[in-house]
Amino acid sequence: MIEISPRFFRHSPSLLARTAFFVMLSLLLMALDSRSKYLGGVREIFSVIVYPLQKLAHVPMSMYDATSELFQHGEIAEENARLKQQHLVDKGQLLRLRALEAENTQLRKLLNATQRIENKATVAEILRVPHDPFNRKVLLDKGSMAGIESGQVVVDDMGVVGQVTRNYPLASEVTLLTDRDHSVPVQVVRNGLRSIISGTGREGVLELRYMAINTDIQEGDVLVTSGIDGIYPPGLPVAAVSQIERNPNYIFARIICTPASGVNQNRQLLILSTRAPRTGTPAEATKMKPRPQEARRQ
Amino acid sequence: MPAKGWFIMLSLIVALLLNLIPLTGTARTLQPDFVALVMLYWYVNEPQRVGIGMAFWMGLLMDLSNASTFGQHALGYSVMAFMALIFNRRMGIFEGYKQAPQIGLVLLSGQIVTLLAGLFAGSPFPGWNFFLGSIVGMLLWPLLSAILRVPQKPWSASDAR
Repeated sequence: MIEISPRFFRHSPSLLARTAFFVMLSLLLMALDSRSKYLGGVREIFSVIVYPLQKLAHVPMSMYDATSELFQHGEIAEENARLKQQHLVDKGQLLRLRALEAENTQLRKLLNATQRIENKATVAEILRVPHDPFNRKVLLDKGSMAGIESGQVVVDDMGVVGQVTRNYPLASEVTLLTDRDHSVPVQVVRNGLRSIISGTGREGVLELRYMAINTDIQEGDVLVTSGIDGIYPPGLPVAAVSQIERNPNYIFARIICTPASGVNQNRQLLILSTRAPRTGTPAEATKMKPRPQEARRQ
Repeated sequence: MPAKGWFIMLSLIVALLLNLIPLTGTARTLQPDFVALVMLYWYVNEPQRVGIGMAFWMGLLMDLSNASTFGQHALGYSVMAFMALIFNRRMGIFEGYKQAPQIGLVLLSGQIVTLLAGLFAGSPFPGWNFFLGSIVGMLLWPLLSAILRVPQKPWSASDAR
């Protein structure tokens, strides 16, 4: 090995030069990727290469699931009984919900309000939780081939998980609520106070920023989506307030919340396809209005 | 007997697979970077077969599967490859487990570079647990190099003499 090394250095540019080249290339890529969208196509090509490997790496997990199911008949019976009970309870609630929904549509018709469109949902499995502490994202196994678009909302049985931010043909990338760059408009259930909740980049920690010290908010308050952004359907649980620091030296209170959803606990998630009714822009509204006048002119 | 090209490729693909296994909790914190380990093995033992470009491309693949900023791991891996190639001669003196501390040092420097790249891109500090992967990787090094050496050995002991 030692005899070969000098020849290795002779017939190519120096090691330092080559390293410098690749380091510069990496830095350039990082700058490009964080500042522009030119690399979307490259990402897609790479994702097709990596996808089979990801699927293959998932096989042990699925096999473990299958075998553990085989050996857990007792637990399954118990779970079945529990689920049956839960089903009954849910059914009762669903019946009430149906009645309320009918009543709601009736009332909304009366109010001439925009109709809320029913959500269609796709079940997807978490393909991979990146072993990377720098971003709070997960990969799901449904992509644009299954009709997933970026911008769709992802939930689990307990609340909002995040939002699809990139979609590949066979997979999609979900940015979790806790991502540093992710915000959701929310509303306090107790008093209807509206605010925006943001991730902090740490697991299980969300923050309500820019809330005045004297804001009416308490520990334990439940926050749900307000729906005013037109992306998140209203009323989905997002988080609960876990800690409030009111320091009179600062204008704003420090409000820490814990997310309602449990990304670390379940492997299946629900991707909602919301086509929120488009509220007309002011320009359209003014276009609509002059009609009676036109009629008068004629 | 020098390693065959296909075997290097295969070992890297298997390492990538090991990295992609979806783990949770403590296992995830302790999961070493297998791709980095296998790459380092080839840089230390077959420096004339593998270039720094390989580290760069593997880094890009890791970036994609981690959904991190493009180039972040590529940068860390390139630096690791550079260090391994510089240490290459010194490594030859040591045998088996004695190489582990130096490998640990290379892994740690690679992680620090990746961490700095992440911090500059605006990520928060991930906590000291982040470096546990390197330590586990260091401990795994003797085992891993023994496994990767198997196909290069002559088949029977009599041939070796």
